[in-house]
Amino acid sequence: MSGFRQRPFEKGIAQPSRSCFEGRTAGGIALSIASSGCSGIQSALDPAGPQAAHIESLWWLMVWVSAAVLLLVTLATLYAVSHGRQARGLDAEPEATPDPVAERKRALIVAIPVGMTIVTLFGLQVASFTTDRTLASLSTDNAVVIDVIGHQWWWEVQYVETTPSLRVTTANEIHIPVGQPVVLRLQSNDVIHSFWAPNLAGKKDLIPGHETTFSFKADRAGVFRGQCAEYCGYQHANMGFLVIAEPPEQFYAWLKKQRAIPPPPDDPIRQHGQEVFLASTCSLCHTIQGTPAAGKVAPDLTHIAGRQTIAAATLPNTPGNRAGWIVDSQRIKPGNRMPPNPLTPQDLQALLAYLGDLQ
Amino acid sequence: MSTATTAPAVSDTSQERRQLERTWSDPPGFYGWLISVDHKSIGKRYIITAFAFFVLGGLLAVTMRLQLARPENHLVGPDLYNQLFTMHGSTMMFLFAVPVMEAMAIYLVPLMVGTRNIAFPRLNAFSYWVYLFGGLMLYTAFFLNSGPDVGWFSYVPLAGPEFTPGKRADFWAQTVTFTEVAALTVAVEIIATVFKLRAPGMALNRMPLFVWAMLVMAFMVIFAMPAVMLSSTMLIMDRLVGTHFFNPAEGGDALFWQHLFWFFGHPEVYIIFIPALGIISSIVAAFARRPVFGYLAMVLALVATGFTSFVLWVHHMFATVVPGMGKGFFTAASMMIAVPTGIQIFCWITTLWTGRPVTKTPLLFVLGFFFILVLGGLTGVMLASVSLDSQVHDSFFVVAHFHYVLIGGAVFPLFGGFYYWFPKITGRMLHETAGKWNFWLFFIGFNLTFFPMHQLGLEGMPRRVYTYSEATGWGDLNLMATIGAGLIALSVLVFILNVLWSLRRGEIAGDNPWRAGTLEWATSSPPRNDNFDFIPAVAAHEPLWEQKEEPAKTVGLSTEVREVLITTLLDARPDHRLTFPDPSIWPLLSAIAVSILFVGSIFTPWAVVWGSIPVTFALIGWFWPKPGKPKRTCRWKSRHDP
Repeated sequence: MSGFRQRPFEKGIAQPSRSCFEGRTAGGIALSIASSGCSGIQSALDPAGPQAAHIESLWWLMVWVSAAVLLLVTLATLYAVSHGRQARGLDAEPEATPDPVAERKRALIVAIPVGMTIVTLFGLQVASFTTDRTLASLSTDNAVVIDVIGHQWWWEVQYVETTPSLRVTTANEIHIPVGQPVVLRLQSNDVIHSFWAPNLAGKKDLIPGHETTFSFKADRAGVFRGQCAEYCGYQHANMGFLVIAEPPEQFYAWLKKQRAIPPPPDDPIRQHGQEVFLASTCSLCHTIQGTPAAGKVAPDLTHIAGRQTIAAATLPNTPGNRAGWIVDSQRIKPGNRMPPNPLTPQDLQALLAYLGDLQ
Repeated sequence: MSTATTAPAVSDTSQERRQLERTWSDPPGFYGWLISVDHKSIGKRYIITAFAFFVLGGLLAVTMRLQLARPENHLVGPDLYNQLFTMHGSTMMFLFAVPVMEAMAIYLVPLMVGTRNIAFPRLNAFSYWVYLFGGLMLYTAFFLNSGPDVGWFSYVPLAGPEFTPGKRADFWAQTVTFTEVAALTVAVEIIATVFKLRAPGMALNRMPLFVWAMLVMAFMVIFAMPAVMLSSTMLIMDRLVGTHFFNPAEGGDALFWQHLFWFFGHPEVYIIFIPALGIISSIVAAFARRPVFGYLAMVLALVATGFTSFVLWVHHMFATVVPGMGKGFFTAASMMIAVPTGIQIFCWITTLWTGRPVTKTPLLFVLGFFFILVLGGLTGVMLASVSLDSQVHDSFFVVAHFHYVLIGGAVFPLFGGFYYWFPKITGRMLHETAGKWNFWLFFIGFNLTFFPMHQLGLEGMPRRVYTYSEATGWGDLNLMATIGAGLIALSVLVFILNVLWSLRRGEIAGDNPWRAGTLEWATSSPPRNDNFDFIPAVAAHEPLWEQKEEPAKTVGLSTEVREVLITTLLDARPDHRLTFPDPSIWPLLSAIAVSILFVGSIFTPWAVVWGSIPVTFALIGWFWPKPGKPKRTCRWKSRHDP
């Protein structure tokens, strides 16, 4: 069976994560589901950190125990049905009161498997509690603390620092250092969302009125995808995010870059682009550090060009996609909160040039 | 055994039979149909209505599967898709699964316990109409593009006034009110019927397992449903009159909703599952040609399942902020409930093992149940683990799990039950070969649809998404699931055609085509208006298998008025006679008045005030004293075994 794991690809989400079913016969699929770990950037069976790895071990334990139980019950059922099969069918005289002595002996047929069931369940319970404890014991010393705030339908990400000027705000993309624990403080300002990056850990709800914390660690670099797991309305399907685990030096370089305020545009086209941004409705909702635009209801765009995706990990962050999104995001992600922006081609090009420079 | 006789011996039994039939018959024509309070008539229309909702809910599911068949599909948009899955879940839970199980009880329990009608017959008619109107309201809203779109669980704050303006969530909340009123009334009827209307001699420890299952289910309904009625009423008050039960900004709490909802929602699963266990026990006994092994263990397992199902609800909330210690308790309880279910499965296997099984279609569906339910139960054990659940919760894995449990655990036995009791209800057999096609298409289609979903969930596909990008790689498995859904649809079509064909051309069944042992097979097929010429007297678990000579029977009930025999709770000794009500239009009128109140209150709180006036008049009409028929005097003579 192909229990191999592919290394996660390194560049963005454009590359599909399909490796599970290619080149297999239909008959082999059921078997391979039960036996193969599928690799992918959004898979619980391709762990990239200790939390997901512990859960994966528990999963395989449960799978094999379950497979054995299912096999035994199925065989017992088939045997029971074929064993005493009657040629005379329903005409056979029913056994209205089975012999009590024989019945007492038959109680063993029930008692033994029931005993086995109880022992098995107890074992699985212990395994489950042990895993719970292991997950809870992840050390959060020296952790990177990140506030994640759920919005319909995107993720606000803030790197917590005591000095306000060092706080970094971004959206839909969480950079984390490999090997260092991460503590997420999860909140929601509207409805309930759920944070789920299966390669790294299980999920945790973002509940208005209840702050939750959630910690995990990546032990290898990679780009992992996650998405909202609690139904949150119209665009629940397109509320994704990326977790980018990178070596610590790379991560801290990124963080430093995020703290920098982008320099004002220095050529006329980009200057015009900034004017378009500030003069149109954009600035009412979006923030760009270093400009008067300080809207808080939509993603912070200070370093938008440095992100891999737009629209909550829905589209690759290319100039073409940015253009389509700005002009009519409702066609791409119907119901999202951004209004259409009928800009003239010149204005649009200038705006795109400006945004494309916000690394 | 106990029998009761009256002093004057009856000379002309055939004349008496005709008189009894007349007394218990409905008036002719459409009006007679409207005012019927006969449990068979109401049970049949309940089953057919619930099945119609099953087909509607299934069509919604097929539409969803077509949308998900390939990535970035544009068959339906998010607005319709969100309505589709909300309607599908609400239909299957509130309009199909619980009602159809109660409908089976309405039809079969009075026959199985050997009485002439269900207790509170008018309430029964009222229940049906309320249920029908609730379902019609929901689908009217859906076809007017006002179908609920907040999920069948309607989590706040999403379902609250701020995030779902309009009336969509209100239609959902009122559908819950309608169906729960209907369910609660039926539960009361079942309990009263089982406790007080059993044939003489049918002590509690001789009651068929099917009746036990329905009794446990009815009690669960009574304890579980008020929680959801309460929460949906609070939701509607938040939305309509500005209360803040669930608004965190004003001191309300979003998690409060989840606790209330799942305190109902988890037992709900077992409310659907336990009656199915009863169906299986009936089928297994009949086709293994012996009583189900371990009667006492079976009964205790049913009761234990009923109790335990009330202490599991938090496993739906492991991803929220429940403390770890509490989660541990709910993990243990959730795993523990596998034990009573295991006991029953092993008892059935033992029954088949030591019996002489005949694999007709009903038993095939039971065998399908064994495989599918055990698989679903095992994934249920996985979901009980806090750690593992944190990965698969709210993913397609859970979709796979609960379809295995609910379709495998309830729909397969139900179809088996349809094949098993169809001859009793209609007098004709369903076609056996078509039944086998029905089963195999369903079984293969089901596994093709839902098995790949386990994998999809592990690969990160969340529930309730209307689309996914091609890059996720979820396309192939989704396509496979859609093909499977097509097979399921085909199998249901085979069933419907089989029913239509068999109704006219099916082989004549006779009283007891399966040569089964319980009382419903003691009467004609379809049963007479009065169910039994004489109330049977019972001395065994499977009375029809025990009788070697002329069966014992009870005489002395009036043939002129609708009299039933009330027996004692534990031993079913004859206690007294009770006159049951005649057909009446008032249950229908009351249901209409109540429906006006419920639907009106979606739009204005004043509907509760003004709407109560017609309800009052309808109820006064309902309870208006009738001029009594002259009572015969008669003395009971009872004889009891030592």
